[in-house]
Amino acid sequence: MFPFVLRRLGLMLLTAFVLTFAVFCLTNLQPNLEKLARSEGSVRMSDDAIASWIVNNGHGGSMLNRYGEWLGVVPGWVRTDDKGVTRGRCIADGSDPAQAATYCGILQGNWGFSTFAKVPVTTVLGRSLGHTGWLMLAVMLVMVPTSLFLGVLSGMREGSRTDRVLSTLAIVTTATPEYVSGVIFVALLASATVGVSPHLNEWGWISDKTLFQGTATSAMDDITWRNFTLPVMTIALYGIGYIARMTRASMTEVMTQQYIRTARLKGVSFRQVVMKHALRNALIAPFTVIMLQFPWLLNGVVIVETLFNYKGFGWTLVQAAGNNDINLLLACSVVAVFVVLVTQLISDVGYVFLNPRIRLA
Amino acid sequence: MDALSWGSILAHSVARFLPVWIAMAVTFALSVRYKRRLGLYGKLYDSPVGMVGFGIVLFWICTAIFADLIITQDPLKVLSGMKNALPGSPAKGVAEDAYQYYLLGGDNGARDVFSRMVMGAREVLIIAPAATLFAFMVGITLGLPAGYFGGRLDTVLSFIANLVLAFPVILLFYLLVTPEIVQIGIPTYMAAVLFLFPILFVVVLFNSRYFMVPARRNLYVGIVLVIGFWAYAGLAFDADPTGLWHMDPNLLNVFVSVVFVNSPGVFRIVRGMVMDIKARDYVAAGQTRGEGPWYIMLWEILPNARGPLIVDFCLRIGYTTILLGTLGFFGLGVSPESPNWGSTINAGRKLLNLFPHPALVPAFALMLLVLGLNLLADGLREESLKD
Amino acid sequence: MSDKITDWDPSTPILQIENLSISFFTRMREIPAVMDFSCTVRAGEAMGLVGESGCGKSTVALAVMRDLGKNGRITGGRILFKSRDLTTMSDEELRHIRGSEIAMIYQEPMASLNPAMKIGAQLAEVPMIHEGMAKADAWALARQIVADVRLPDPDRIINSYPHQLSGGQQQRIVIAMALMSKPALLILDEPTTALDVTVEAGIVDLVKDLGEKYGTSMLFISHNLGLVMDVCDRICVMYSGEAVETGNVTEVFDEMRHPYTQALFRSIPLPGADKNSRPLISIPGNFPLPHERPPGCNFGPRCDYFEKGRCDAADVAMDEVPGGDRHGTRCLKWREIDWTAPPAARVAKEKTPIGKVVLKMDDLKKYYSVSSGAFGGGNKKVVKANETLSFEAHEGETLAIVGESGCGKSTFAKVLMGLETATSGSIMLFDENVQSTPIQKRNTDTVSRVQMVFQNPFDTLNPSMNVGRQIIRALEIFKYGNSDQERHNRMLELLDLVKLPRAFADRMPRQLSGGQKQRVGIARAFAGGAKVVVADEPVSALDVSVQAAVTDLLMDIQRENKTTLLFISHDLSIVRYLSDRVLVMYLGHVVETGTTDQVFAPPYHPYTEALLSAVPIADTHVTRQRIVLEGDIPSALNPPPGCPFQTRCRWKSQVPDGLCDREMPPMRDVGGGHQIKCHLSAEILARMEPVIKVAAE
Repeated sequence: MFPFVLRRLGLMLLTAFVLTFAVFCLTNLQPNLEKLARSEGSVRMSDDAIASWIVNNGHGGSMLNRYGEWLGVVPGWVRTDDKGVTRGRCIADGSDPAQAATYCGILQGNWGFSTFAKVPVTTVLGRSLGHTGWLMLAVMLVMVPTSLFLGVLSGMREGSRTDRVLSTLAIVTTATPEYVSGVIFVALLASATVGVSPHLNEWGWISDKTLFQGTATSAMDDITWRNFTLPVMTIALYGIGYIARMTRASMTEVMTQQYIRTARLKGVSFRQVVMKHALRNALIAPFTVIMLQFPWLLNGVVIVETLFNYKGFGWTLVQAAGNNDINLLLACSVVAVFVVLVTQLISDVGYVFLNPRIRLA
Repeated sequence: MDALSWGSILAHSVARFLPVWIAMAVTFALSVRYKRRLGLYGKLYDSPVGMVGFGIVLFWICTAIFADLIITQDPLKVLSGMKNALPGSPAKGVAEDAYQYYLLGGDNGARDVFSRMVMGAREVLIIAPAATLFAFMVGITLGLPAGYFGGRLDTVLSFIANLVLAFPVILLFYLLVTPEIVQIGIPTYMAAVLFLFPILFVVVLFNSRYFMVPARRNLYVGIVLVIGFWAYAGLAFDADPTGLWHMDPNLLNVFVSVVFVNSPGVFRIVRGMVMDIKARDYVAAGQTRGEGPWYIMLWEILPNARGPLIVDFCLRIGYTTILLGTLGFFGLGVSPESPNWGSTINAGRKLLNLFPHPALVPAFALMLLVLGLNLLADGLREESLKD
Repeated sequence: MSDKITDWDPSTPILQIENLSISFFTRMREIPAVMDFSCTVRAGEAMGLVGESGCGKSTVALAVMRDLGKNGRITGGRILFKSRDLTTMSDEELRHIRGSEIAMIYQEPMASLNPAMKIGAQLAEVPMIHEGMAKADAWALARQIVADVRLPDPDRIINSYPHQLSGGQQQRIVIAMALMSKPALLILDEPTTALDVTVEAGIVDLVKDLGEKYGTSMLFISHNLGLVMDVCDRICVMYSGEAVETGNVTEVFDEMRHPYTQALFRSIPLPGADKNSRPLISIPGNFPLPHERPPGCNFGPRCDYFEKGRCDAADVAMDEVPGGDRHGTRCLKWREIDWTAPPAARVAKEKTPIGKVVLKMDDLKKYYSVSSGAFGGGNKKVVKANETLSFEAHEGETLAIVGESGCGKSTFAKVLMGLETATSGSIMLFDENVQSTPIQKRNTDTVSRVQMVFQNPFDTLNPSMNVGRQIIRALEIFKYGNSDQERHNRMLELLDLVKLPRAFADRMPRQLSGGQKQRVGIARAFAGGAKVVVADEPVSALDVSVQAAVTDLLMDIQRENKTTLLFISHDLSIVRYLSDRVLVMYLGHVVETGTTDQVFAPPYHPYTEALLSAVPIADTHVTRQRIVLEGDIPSALNPPPGCPFQTRCRWKSQVPDGLCDREMPPMRDVGGGHQIKCHLSAEILARMEPVIKVAAE
C-alpha cells in the first residue's frame, strides 16, 4: 500500500509542476505583459517604453527562468536603474536591498501582490477560499447524502416506478447547467415580481418580499437560510443528478450479481440484502465519482459565485482573469490544480482501501 | 394593436415552427414504418425514453435547419421602444408586411428574444456536434494505440490526458479563450495539430483495409488527402483559395479549446474499451493470420466498441453544448451581438428580478436540448445492451 | 426459533414437481421455457437433471427456489416441497425455507460469494437468520463446517475474503454455506463446470459423502452424463423444455427408451469409440429455439425414428415403461423401436497416413516476467510458462496436448503462432526456424500454413462483420486469388467444406448457433490451406451433440488436406477418441508423452493417472479406480521446488531421500517412445494398474 501511495504522490507532484508551468506560460504571454505594463505604467506608453517596463519589472528573460523565480528555486531578479534605486522581486518598496532574501517564490510563501485588489495575493486568496469553503461544505452536506440515497433507492429495484421517476429526474438535473438552474431558481423563488414570491407574500406566508434572496453577498458575513439556499442548491443540483446516476448504475449492477442471488436464496430478507450485501459493494464506484466531481464542482462554484455575487474563490478567479491580474490568476490556478490533484489521490487511495479485492491482493 | 395573451403566444409560436413539425412528422412516420431495418436507430423506437430524447433532438436539429423560416424578426435588429418588452408585445415600427409581434418579448438591447433563441439553436448545433466529432477523432486515434500496445506509449499518452483532465475546465477556458491567445496565434497551432487527426484517422482506416489492393487503396487515400488538406488549410490556416472552408479566429479559438477539453475523455473511454476487447478471440484470430495492428484496431476492435461510443457521443454533444453556454455566459470568445444562448442568459440575468424572459427563454432552450441528448443517450444505451 | 418444517411425513417425497410449466415474458411475446415437467425426489435420493444448454434444466432449479426474476413466471403445475406447495407461498414464507430447507450451489463459485464480506460472516449469516443463533456460536459452527468440507486451516479461511482462496476452495465454501443449516434438499447447478477436472473430482467426492452424512436429498443439474452417473441415483433427461426420459441411472444408461437419450449417448466419446473404426454419430439439425419449437414431439425433426403425421400430430405425454423402476419416456414409438440395433449411419473411415515431420520443437522455453502485487512496483517475478518443451508432429497426425489450467498449453500455442517469441529453444516449421520470428515478420506463406481454431464460439468471430466478409478477409490477407469474384467463390467453397449453407455468407455472427460459429472459425482457419492447425479446446464450450459434429468435421478436413492437428484439450475422453499421440502437461512441463494407447495404459505418470481417474465416464460397464488429488493446482507464479507435481502426488512416498522435493525428474523412455518425467523406479511404474477397466459385455 505504501509504495503505491508514494508513487501516486510522485506522479501528482510531476503533474502539478507541468500544470503550473503551463498556467505560468499562459498567464505570462507577451500580450498579457504588455497589457500589464499599460495598466501599471501608463496607457499611453510607447512600444519601447513598454518593452523596457517589462524588462525592468522582471518579466524579461526566459519563461523557464521566470517560472523558477516565481516558484522560488531560482534567485529573484534584482535590478538597479539609472537613478541608482535597486529594485527586485524580493525587495519590498523602501526596504534595504541588502537584507532581502535571495529566493522568494511560492515555496517561500511569497505569492506576490495582486494588482487588482492592491493587497498581497495571500490575503485575497485566504479570504475568498474561506467563503468558498463554507459554500462547498454546505454543498457537500446536501449533495452527497441526497444523491447516494436516491441512487441506492432507484438502483435497488431496477425498472420499478420509483426507479423510473428518480432516473428521469436525475437526467433532467444533469441536463441543467448551473447558469440555467441558477437563473430559473432566481426567477422562480427570488423575484419580487414573478415566480412564487409575490403570491406567498400576498397570502402572508412570508414577511419578506421574496422567498429567497437572489444574491448571496450578505452570506459572506452572515450565512442565513434566505441568502445561502439558492447558491447551494444550484451547485448541488447538477451533482446530485450525476452522482445519483452513477450510484444507481453501480447499485443495479451489484443487484444482478450472483452473490446477491446467493444471499437472497440463503433466506436473507430484501432489506438485509441491500444493507448488508449490496451497499458496500455498490458504493465503491460512486466514491471515486464524488471525488472526481471536484473539477466540475469548481466550475459550478465559479458560475454560482458570479451569478450570486458571492466573493469567494470562483469570483476572485473571474476577476483576476478579467483584470489581467497575473499573480492572482496564477495563485488561483495553483489552488485549483492542487484541489483537483489531491481529490484524485484520495479517490485512488480510497478506491483501493474500500475494495478488499485489491487491498489484500 | 393589443399584446397577445399567453394562449395566443403559444399558438403563434407553435405555428411558426410549422416546418419543424412537418419534418419531424415525416421522419417519425418513415422511421417507425421501417424501424426493423434500421438497426440500432430503428430500435430506438422501441424505447419510450429514447424516442422522446430523439424527438427533442430532432426538434432542435430541424429548428436549426429551418431557422430562417421560423424567425419572426432579424435577431440582430434593434427596435426602439421594445427594450425589455413583455412577451407578446406588438412590434413597434416594423414594416406592414413584416411580423407584427415580439412573440417572447424583447431583450435589454430591444431585440426579439424568440428569433434570437431560434438563431442560437443554429449556432449551437453547428459547433457542438462538429467539435465533438473532432474530439472523437483525436481521442480515438490516440486511444486505440494506447490501449492496444500499452507500455510506454500508453503511459505517456495517459499522463498527458490526465494532465488535461486535471485542469478545471473553467480555468482552462479563462486561460485559453482570450484575445491575447488569439493574438499570439496559439489557436492556429492547436488547430494545426488537432485538425490533422481526422485526416490521419481516415487515411489509416482505408490503408489498413485495402493495402493488399494498391489501386483501390491509392484511390481512396488520394481522395481523402485532397479533400482533407483542402479543408485543413481552410479551417486551420484560413488559407483556402476558394473560401469554402473558413473559420473566424474567435470561433476557431472556441472550437479548438472545446475539442482540446473533450479529447482526453474520449481517449480514456476508447483506451479502456480497447483493453477489454483486445483479449477477444477474434482479435487473436486477426493476429494469427498476420493482420497489421492498425487493421485490428480500426476494423476488428473499433466497430465492436461502437455502442458505448455512440452513447458517449450523444452525452458529449450535450456536455459540449453546456461548455459553449459556459463560454458565452462568461463572455469568452463570442461577440456580444451573437444570439449565442450562453451570452444571452448572461445578458438577461442582470435584470432577472424584473424581466426574467430574456434569460429564461435561452435557458430553457439549452436545458431542453441537453435533456434531449441525455435521454437519447439513455435510450441508445438501453437498446444497445439488449442485443 | 427455527425455520424447519416439522409436520412432514418422511415417507412422502421431499420434492414433488407436478406438470410444471414456466414461461418468460418479453415485450414481444411469451417464451415457454419449461413445459409439463414432473419429477419426484425422495428423501436421501440424488436426482440428476441432464440436458444441453437451453433445455430448461436451470429454470426448473430456479423455479424450485422461486427465483425466476422479473420476467419469469410459473404458468402451471405445482411444486410440492415436504407436501407444501411452493408456487403459492408468500415471499415471507419462502424466505424461511430458502437457505434452511432448500439450499443451492452454483456454477461460478467466485461470483456467488460476496467479495466484500469475510467468509466466516457469509457462512454464519445462515444459522443467524434461520435459527436465531448467537453470532459467536454461528462462527464456531462455520469453522466446523469449513473443516467438514475438508479445507485446511479453517481458522484462517473463515477470516479471509473470497478472492484470497482458489477456485476449488471457493466452491467448497459455497458447499459449506449450503450445508450450514442442514437443508433437506440441495440443488446443485453445474457445480463443477468452472473447475479443473482433478479439482472437480474432489468436489464430487465431497458432495457425495456429505449427502450421505447429512441425509440430504439432491437435485443435481449437469450437462455431463458421466458426472450424473457418479453422483446420482436417478436421472431425468430434458430436451427443449420437456423431460423426455426419467428413471434410475442404470436403467436409463443401459436401457434407454427415448431416441434423444440414445442419440446423446452415441454422440459422446466413450471408451471404445474410435475416430476411424467407430466414429461418433452426431445428432443432425439444431436445437430448436424456444419460440420455434415444432408441433408434436420436440425432438421429431432430428429423430431417426420420426414418423410424419404421428410424431408431429399432438403433444406427446410421458409414458410409463412397464417393469422399470419408475422409468418413463416421452416417446410415442418406444415400444416399436428396436433398441438393440446398431446405428445405421455409422460409417467406418480410413485412417490418415502419417507423413513426414512438419513441426519440431526442441527444448522450447517461454518465461514471462510479471510484477507482483496490485500496486505495481514490487519485485519482478518470472513465470515459467513453458519449460523444455520438445516434440515432433507429423503430417496428417493429431497430436493432443492435455493439461489443466496453468499448464502452459495456451502459451505454447501463442509461441507457435508467433504471437509471442520463445525465450529459448527452437521451433522448426517445414524446415524453417521460426522460434524468434514474430508473426509480423513471418511471410504470408508461413502464416497461412499455421492457423488456429479458438475455444469460445461466442468470441471467435467479429460480431460486427458478416460471415462471408470475415472469410474473404482471410483470403485477401493470404493473397488468394486475383479478383474479388475469385475470392468470393472460394469463400462459398469453404462454407461447403464446413457443411454450412452458402446463404450463411450474408449472416451476422449473432444469427448463428455456437456450433455454426465454430464451423465458420474452422473455415477461416483453412482459408489459406493450413497445414498445421492448432485447435485450442475447439469443442469444450459446445453442447455434446454438437461436439461430435464439429470434431468429425475437423477429422474430415484433416483427412482431405493431410493437416497436422495440434489438439489442445483438458478432456481426456475426446483426446482418446481422436488423437494419435498425446502430450500431457503440468505447470509448464511435459510430464508424459507417447502414442494414445501408451498414455492411456500403465505405466502412467502419477499426474496422468489422476487425470484419467478424474474424468467421469458415462458408461455403467466401466469401473474406475478413484484417485482424488489433494489440494489445488499450484500457481505458475510460485511453482513448488523439485518435481512440479510433488505437492499432490500420491506416489511421492515411494521415492527415497525426498528426491521429489529437490530435483526435477529427468524425462525417461519407458519403451517404444513412451516418455515419463518421474523419479519413480521402473519396478514401481511396472506395478501400476490400469485406472479404467471395461467390464466384458
